[in-house]
Amino acid sequence: MECVFGLVGTDFAIVVADTSAVHSILVHKSNEDKIMFLDSHKLVAASGEPGDRVQFTEYIQKNVALYQFRNGIPLTTAAAANFTRGELATALRKNPYSVNILLAGYDKETGPSLYYIDYIATLHKLEKGAFGYGSYFSLSMMDRHYHSGMSVEEAIDLVDKCIAEIRSRLVVAPPNFVIKIVDKDGAREYAWRQSVNDTPVPSA
Amino acid sequence: MTIFKHNGSAVVAMVGKNCFAIASDRRLGVQLQTIATDFQRISKIHDKLYIGLSGLATDSQTLYQRLVFRHKLYQLREELDMKPETFASLVSAMQYEKRFGPYFCQPVIAGLGDDDKPFICTMDAIGAKELAKDFVVAGTASESLYGACESMFKPDMEAEELFETISQALLSSVDRDCLSGWGGHVYVVTPTEVKERILKGRMD
Repeated sequence: MECVFGLVGTDFAIVVADTSAVHSILVHKSNEDKIMFLDSHKLVAASGEPGDRVQFTEYIQKNVALYQFRNGIPLTTAAAANFTRGELATALRKNPYSVNILLAGYDKETGPSLYYIDYIATLHKLEKGAFGYGSYFSLSMMDRHYHSGMSVEEAIDLVDKCIAEIRSRLVVAPPNFVIKIVDKDGAREYAWRQSVNDTPVPSA
Repeated sequence: MTIFKHNGSAVVAMVGKNCFAIASDRRLGVQLQTIATDFQRISKIHDKLYIGLSGLATDSQTLYQRLVFRHKLYQLREELDMKPETFASLVSAMQYEKRFGPYFCQPVIAGLGDDDKPFICTMDAIGAKELAKDFVVAGTASESLYGACESMFKPDMEAEELFETISQALLSSVDRDCLSGWGGHVYVVTPTEVKERILKGRMD
């Protein structure tokens, strides 16, 4: 089952997602990137129905870009989160998206922030959040070890503790994870944590 | 698990002598899992009118946004703040509009009307108003709240005593309900000031 979690540090926010694309009992691929760059300073980690996940997050990404083209300035993280919630809420009673989202962003004025948006459009700003079966382990680890104002090293250490817990205690634990970070210098991939590598297909 | 018990909530409002108090719990959960312990259920409409929305969190957020919109339009047209009785009728009408696809919310409305006379009411998810002279309750802990309020309430309490009473009633009721709790949020409103206080209860 898909594991997504994230936390906020001193002046950065980190989101982590597993990278398995699963269909029933079959793992299609184990390097599927589920954390999208919404814009230069925002990350969207999404979990849920694969079609809805890609379709909905791309829709949000393109509308955020459109706002920037039209208005000349980027949206704040809070505004992007509220826009995302609005789209999910409008669709909820028509054709709902089954996508859970953790939106992490960095604003110059307000610093880093993390927003929890579940598939029925419940929005809440959080310091630490998680979705999926992995949340039972990662939230507890974060409750124990998280404190506000963590440095990047401390946060990555906590992330590794959460991943280790998920790997050892979740029966259908995903083997690989991707970690992305957003701070004043923008959003970027931080690291992968792989225990299974896809064997490369030899080219013809 | 019925939809009203999905997120868990407890809201109560009480009438005092020329004042009212409205209180809620702070838990945001997804069935058995606690997501946040700082969720705001009570929102201000204007200085002398507050609404607490219990039930499904996404619908309470949507309903609150729609009510703020309607109230702002009213303020622009009428150059007045809405009276609590009028506002309660507005909420009731908006909920009945969705009679066959309702918002899964039970609002608790509390305000100071003409001559600063306190007004409280609650309604069910399809807008059936229940006016009361003493107290109103809503949420997953409502049955406990009925009992606690009935035994603790006295008419014509001053603001400080009202705060103590509503706090004790809220905390003792949510302690018997696993889906609500993690502290309390109390607003005591008199004609001259608003006191907002956070309660620390059993954090479980």
